[in-house]
Amino acid sequence: MASTFGSSGGADDLVRLSASDLAQALQRGEVSAVEATRAHLARIEAVDGALHAFLHVDADGALAAAVATDQRRAAGDELGPLAGVPIAVKDVMTTRGMPTTCGSRILAGWVPPYDATVVSRLHAAGLVVLGKTNMDEFAMGSSTENSAFGPTRNPWDTTRIPGGSGGGSAAALAGFEAPLAIGTDTGGSIRQPGAVTGTVGVKPTYGGVSRYGLVAFSSSLDQAGPAARTVRDAALLHAVIAGHDPRDATSIDAPVPDVVSAADRGAAADGIRGLRIGVVRELGGEGYQAGVQARFAAAVDVLAGLGAQVGEVSCPSFGYALPAYYLIAPSECSSNLARFDGMRYGLRVGDDGTRSAEEVMALTRGQGFGAEVKRRIMIGTYALSSGYYEAYYGQAQKVRTLISRDFAAAFEQVDVLVSPTTPTTAFPIGERVDDPLAMYKADLCTIPANLAGIAAGSFPCGLSEDDGLPVGFHVMAPAMADDRLYLVGAALEAALASSWGGPLTTLVPDLEVPP
Amino acid sequence: MTAISPDEVAHLARLARLELSGDELRRFAGQLDVILGAVAAVADVAASDVPPTSHPLPLTNVTRPDEIAPCLSAEQALAGAPAREDGRFRVPRILDEEL
Repeated sequence: MASTFGSSGGADDLVRLSASDLAQALQRGEVSAVEATRAHLARIEAVDGALHAFLHVDADGALAAAVATDQRRAAGDELGPLAGVPIAVKDVMTTRGMPTTCGSRILAGWVPPYDATVVSRLHAAGLVVLGKTNMDEFAMGSSTENSAFGPTRNPWDTTRIPGGSGGGSAAALAGFEAPLAIGTDTGGSIRQPGAVTGTVGVKPTYGGVSRYGLVAFSSSLDQAGPAARTVRDAALLHAVIAGHDPRDATSIDAPVPDVVSAADRGAAADGIRGLRIGVVRELGGEGYQAGVQARFAAAVDVLAGLGAQVGEVSCPSFGYALPAYYLIAPSECSSNLARFDGMRYGLRVGDDGTRSAEEVMALTRGQGFGAEVKRRIMIGTYALSSGYYEAYYGQAQKVRTLISRDFAAAFEQVDVLVSPTTPTTAFPIGERVDDPLAMYKADLCTIPANLAGIAAGSFPCGLSEDDGLPVGFHVMAPAMADDRLYLVGAALEAALASSWGGPLTTLVPDLEVPP
Repeated sequence: MTAISPDEVAHLARLARLELSGDELRRFAGQLDVILGAVAAVADVAASDVPPTSHPLPLTNVTRPDEIAPCLSAEQALAGAPAREDGRFRVPRILDEEL
């Protein structure tokens, strides 16, 4: 495939290459993995003071992995398509020998003794892990402001949030600190950061990517997935990390959809001709920023112009997705986070010989968890308690069924559903920290896909005219039809990239780097 | 929907093993009240005949072959322990002295 974006040159150019183009340069021997890694480490050194996308940078480990990949290439070993390409990993995936904090004080300094399956697959494919990215504590949040280690800043405007919970991964991409990143998505934590940073983020079908080593927040919703600056890059990464894992009992034992071919097909002429696209009536209108709605509508027109059949589809239960989610996710989290008890790993507070284990647990959790985590644990505890269970958790589970039924009925009529990814563009840091409900609304459009376990992704569709910030185009496809996301995303990218001069991140303003 | 008082927050915090300050109890009471008021909207859905969904995949009894495989060593398992003694996790007392 011809080089779509950029060209290789100096170190600054290396960090602006797509993963796909960098991989080709590596394969042709024009650049080594060590050079590519050094360029990204230098970029992190230069801009991460301003962005704070990373919680931990593993320069030595990254260079050692790069050396190993270069040696394997020199020896003529068969290497995967992304071998030697650097990647950033959200700090919720365990990494053997590398700190894993989940953005929480309760895990500060913890070094896991094992790799998540996703991380093992990155290593096996020869990717170079640069480090761990910032996130809302235990993936609870939509702005990365809930990180115990300070917020991440949006490269488009450093006074604004980069989304969350995976704001670090998204900012690392938009800030050219890494061409690829791993995220996790429980209610939108890959897609919403993708939308507000002008990058691509995909939540695969639930069970499509192993959760082994993904520190659990809400086990029936959590899903790891790829993030990148281009659609093809995300597809290449998706192919590396997806597939059955016997270590995750909820992992789907079926062939992975051919997402890379779909990305290539979508970018070709007539790639989406005849595809049936349904605009979700309930995900728009009041409460949605005018500039977001305008960009979204323009993108729908682009797809119609490419020959897709566009119509409106109603999903009447989606209005109840947000309340159902904010009962189900806290309920599961109140159970999952019980493991952080200060006994076997992580923080322990107040163990002075006079206090009981129970008192030490309460002190440890009181000091180790931040406000949002505490709120959700208590909401979940309340929703699961005797007398309230049926009205709250039980009813939320029924709403979950209705949302799945809405999707099933919609996918009888159309191949994919679309909406804006988020109701607004990136909001200012600090604007919603004291208003949990306002923060929760950032996930209005992304949550239904998690509740139903289907595949969904966010793709850049341009800048909002009212504030000049990126807008995300949200595509939802049936379970195990992840390839359709890439088909549509690639078609949109191919149609719009010429007006941007490359991927949308080409337009990110230069960061003011201190000398 | 009844308002959540600081006393009720204290009860939830005890159940969840969260030591909270008085300031936190007051702040969370207001916030939990707003959140629970909003999520109570699920009650508006007529769903008495709808089965609940607890998980997106209809899986039951996923098993693996019962085979011996490598696992973490005691040293690896203890590497992150806040306190250890004789190759074990050392924990605060779990029973009251009078028991």
